[in-house]
Amino acid sequence: MSEIKKFMYLNRRAPYGTIYAWESLEVVLIGAAFDQEVSLMFADDGVFQLVKGSDTSESDMKNFMPTYRTLGDYGVRHMYVDGASLAARGLTQDDLIEVAWEDFETEEEVDNIVEIVDADQVAKLMAESEVVFSF
Amino acid sequence: MADLHTVNKSPFEKNSLEAAIKFSLAGASILLIEDGVYGALKGTVAEDMVKGAMGDRKVYALKSDLMARAIKDDRIIEGIAVVDYAGFVDLVEANDKVQAWL
Repeated sequence: MSEIKKFMYLNRRAPYGTIYAWESLEVVLIGAAFDQEVSLMFADDGVFQLVKGSDTSESDMKNFMPTYRTLGDYGVRHMYVDGASLAARGLTQDDLIEVAWEDFETEEEVDNIVEIVDADQVAKLMAESEVVFSF
Repeated sequence: MADLHTVNKSPFEKNSLEAAIKFSLAGASILLIEDGVYGALKGTVAEDMVKGAMGDRKVYALKSDLMARAIKDDRIIEGIAVVDYAGFVDLVEANDKVQAWL
């Protein structure tokens, strides 16, 4: 693909109760083949997708939480989390998984691409994106 | 005897829990399942509403759904009882009927 676009995946649903979180993850993984500039935004109940410690051993469901940790390897450069959504749910960044990122060509590394942002930044980041996929 | 009210939606996305609390009687049991278990979390904007209901109603949360959503025991509002599938069955049996809030 010749032209690189800024893609934003907006996640506003909790994992497991509905299929939205899993579908979003699948599209992100598939979309990685198209070499775009990819960011993920987690707001409202979407912030629950990144809470670490999920255990589905007593549920008849696949635990897809480990997949989030690999997103840095699939071209995802930023994972933004709306801070107010976290606070409303009694959560802090300590409750969230960390996702590392590395550029294999330049060897640039980032330990954790999960970043808390405020509402103004959420609006700005989405406005700056050329395509927003909603889940 | 009384009724068992099940709630399977997040209190931050839908008003199912609020409705279950508003339209249930003293002595009723409220069981949080699926995304409803987020209502059991401490320190949220829904905590006061849940605590208010616990004055005259009993609130339960399903263990397997808490586990899948990474909600550990120390993050659950004090007084909410965690039940497994067998406990769910016991609650159904102990009440007159089950009313689902979707």
